[in-house]
Amino acid sequence: MQTIYKDVLIIGAGLAGERAAAEAAGAGLSAVCLSIVPARRSHSAAAMGGMQAALGNSVMGEGDNTDVHFADTVKGSDWGCDQEVARLFADTAPIEMRRLCDWGVPWNRVVPGKSKYFKGGKQFDKEEKEEKRGLITARNFGGTAKWRTCYVSDGTGHSVLYTMDNRCAQLGVEVHDKSEAIALIQDGKTCYGAIARSLRTGELIAYVAKATMVATGGFGKIYKASTNAVICDGGVHGAVLDTGVVPLGNMEAVQFHPTGIVPTDILVTEGCRGDGGTLLDVNEERFMHIYEPDKAELASRDVVARWMTHHMRLGKGVPSPYGEHLWLDIRHLGEKHITGKLREVYEICTSFLGVDPVTQLIPVRPTQHYSMGGVRTNKDGAAYGLKGLFSAGEAACWDMHGFNRLGGNSLAETVVAGGIVGAKIVEFLKDYECNIPTAEITKTAAKQQQRIDDMISGKNGNENVYKVREAMQNALDKGAHVFRTEEGLTECVETLQDVLRRARSVGLQTDGYGASPELSAALKIEGQVKLALCVAYGALQRRESRGSHNREDYPARNDRDWLTRTLAYWKNPDDDLPTLEYEDASPSFEMPPGDRGYGKMQIISADSKEES
Amino acid sequence: MGRQLKFKIFRFNPQNPESVPRMEVFSLDETDSMTLFIALNRIREEQDGSLQFEFCCRAGICGSCAMVINGRPGLACHTKTKDLPDEITLTPLPVFELVGDLSVDTGSWFREMYNKVESWVHTDKVFDPTAIEDPMDNAIAEEIYELDRCVECGSCVAACGTARLRDDFMGATALNRLGRFVIDPRDKRTDAEYFEVIGSDEGIFGCMGLLACEDVCPKNLPLMNQLSYLRRKMGVVALKQIFKK
Ligand SMILES: Cc1cc2nc3c(=O)[nH]c(=O)nc-3n(C[C@H](O)[C@H](O)[C@H](O)COP(=O)(O)OP(=O)(O)OC[C@H]3O[C@@H](n4cnc5c(N)ncnc54)[C@H](O)[C@@H]3O)c2cc1C
Ligand code: SF4
Ligand code: FES
Repeated sequence: MQTIYKDVLIIGAGLAGERAAAEAAGAGLSAVCLSIVPARRSHSAAAMGGMQAALGNSVMGEGDNTDVHFADTVKGSDWGCDQEVARLFADTAPIEMRRLCDWGVPWNRVVPGKSKYFKGGKQFDKEEKEEKRGLITARNFGGTAKWRTCYVSDGTGHSVLYTMDNRCAQLGVEVHDKSEAIALIQDGKTCYGAIARSLRTGELIAYVAKATMVATGGFGKIYKASTNAVICDGGVHGAVLDTGVVPLGNMEAVQFHPTGIVPTDILVTEGCRGDGGTLLDVNEERFMHIYEPDKAELASRDVVARWMTHHMRLGKGVPSPYGEHLWLDIRHLGEKHITGKLREVYEICTSFLGVDPVTQLIPVRPTQHYSMGGVRTNKDGAAYGLKGLFSAGEAACWDMHGFNRLGGNSLAETVVAGGIVGAKIVEFLKDYECNIPTAEITKTAAKQQQRIDDMISGKNGNENVYKVREAMQNALDKGAHVFRTEEGLTECVETLQDVLRRARSVGLQTDGYGASPELSAALKIEGQVKLALCVAYGALQRRESRGSHNREDYPARNDRDWLTRTLAYWKNPDDDLPTLEYEDASPSFEMPPGDRGYGKMQIISADSKEES
Repeated sequence: MGRQLKFKIFRFNPQNPESVPRMEVFSLDETDSMTLFIALNRIREEQDGSLQFEFCCRAGICGSCAMVINGRPGLACHTKTKDLPDEITLTPLPVFELVGDLSVDTGSWFREMYNKVESWVHTDKVFDPTAIEDPMDNAIAEEIYELDRCVECGSCVAACGTARLRDDFMGATALNRLGRFVIDPRDKRTDAEYFEVIGSDEGIFGCMGLLACEDVCPKNLPLMNQLSYLRRKMGVVALKQIFKK
């Protein structure tokens, strides 16, 4: 087996991973990123809308500053976030946007003069200022007080990721693509790297490093209906759970995006609503303003997704062979806008739906979109439980999103957290030496090889991995969606426990040679089902509604009992449920829990603890 | 719908000593809104779990899934079966190294390309975290993005006559990439420096002008325009260099 030694191993070459790698390489450390696909195909490339930073250049962003961004983020999180982290994030975001500017991102810029914009289907005028000419401009996104989302037409993620990968190439960061991490090398106290499987040859390779970072993005593909790329499958989250000592935070916090298209669940960007698109029901009437008079379509995603589901339950959904949906209307924005600033949307609609959004309505419904939960870290990005293990980006629960992430805050998080955590890793490595236990490397590799051999020989059974995966996805789609109940979640957990038994007896139907895609799927299925159980069981236990977590049987946000973060451990490999522990949502409250200003709901105040 | 589709798919797993290159046939009932993404996944999940192919975003954004579809390179996720006849032939992209079946290694090829054209902003400016950004004209920003839109799918390279003949030809995508930096005011490289990179048969002068690249580009990038623009610009540099000697 080949063993590769580096100062820093980063699992993932999306924006978070590459930003951290750039930081490490810039400080003279050797860094390697692993990735399933070439770095530039990472899911970060798919983000169209943009990234939030309080630059305040556009006239609609006037008066914006990092305090307002902080407040929006905390409200967005429904007070579920770590406020120290949200503060760090809001303060750093403008610097990172400007850094990206120097590195080559072609941000859209302020053009002085009058122009029109749409809100709630109506047209308004604005006038951009001469003195801001050429500075980074911004568009409107849900849940924000100001126009704050920096963008590159509708290819923000693409452009920023290409720039970041250019930067990494310039700094000599190695990216080993077609390499899939399948286990961490660790002894219960310290992490020493990971075992990866080559997706070219099928060989196992040991990557040994003093610091290891998980930057593998989200794990939406444990759901069937998801906007995520097919590689966002939580493989490494499973490996992290497998350590038994590192917890995943807030796994029940799953975001559903209002505008996944029907039937393929491809996302059309929130920029559609930000730029003035409206949601219509079966009668082609707007409805969001009934529920949210102030923000209407531009309330936060959790709120919009909830009202959409509610409205469909009232019988206002559009029937279709793929189930009910609603309409997204951007026709009034006009052809120039749609084929220009929303070109990807135009292409997605025409090529995947055969719908021309300039003249036709787009069928949409809430679809799994973002994982707020992930590898629990402290504010430096260090994972709980294992020295030398770090995490950032969507993979992590750093936790500035709490129970709902605002559009544009994730892409911004990847570069902000990637930068901060990268710098912390550099600091950590300054006077850190570790004795590499070679026995641990051999042992971990041997164990993985044994798993592979057993799957090929069918030693543990011959369950079909694709069928098991489908059973898991169906259980989640059914029981742990926008609205949740005791009954639905109990059934979901029980089904998943059964699926877990099946996952443990998967055997290959084909020979498993080389890059075998069936073997890839089989190696991660048990971990995926465990993740699904963390989501469903965490949701079952959390008896309140907060952000994207809506319990119909507990509709109030309960700050008295649940101003907490769930920590899910998998203490023994043979357990069939995670062990849940809780910690305070935030070490300090710069902004005390209050009303979000949208998504009206009952709040059980934290103060009532003292009263009762 | 009710069509029965016949897929003739190239099969070869170089890691399996017993595998020989061949075409294999799979049948599938066509369903509503079926794309090649849906079809290939169904074939893998229901008929042959070892079938290798690449998909990532499955939304026409990431460039993973380029393959030769009935003789023409294109994105598979983007291709609806209803636009194809009921016999569909799928082969991997030529030029790139084969990983197995329909999967090729575009990553290494493109990494070499962007290292060669030094696909990053060349500047002496040191980032100052306390300063505001340098202003830029929005029209220029949009122009840069127009060329930045390449998803490195490799279709243009696979369709290119020169690239098939010579390993070192950088192709339309490299020229397009460089073009992006030529118009970027942040990049301080001179024309002469650009000429160093592309002023040869590996670059600008290797093109036979067959136009196949632009024809197949799923992002509709103006590849030929870009090429002739650079060729004119580089032509001037070449002349200057000849007269200097
Ligand atoms: C369709 C869509 C649109 C979006 N639009 C926006 C937007 O407009 N604004 C916004 O703020 N956010 C947006 N988001 C969210 C945002 O794009 C993601 O949260 C963010 O890009 C995640 O970046 P990342 O660096 O954490 O991970 P990713 O970019 O997902 O990168 C993950 C990396 O990990 C690698 N990897 C995964 N598993 C393994 C493994 N086992 N071994 C080795 N490597 C592995 C992958 O190959 C990849 O390189 C959008 C998300 C989606 C789904
Ligand atoms: S230029 Fe077009 S065809 Fe060529 S790699 Fe880029 S996107 Fe693909
Ligand atoms: S899978 Fe991303 S372009 Fe086809």
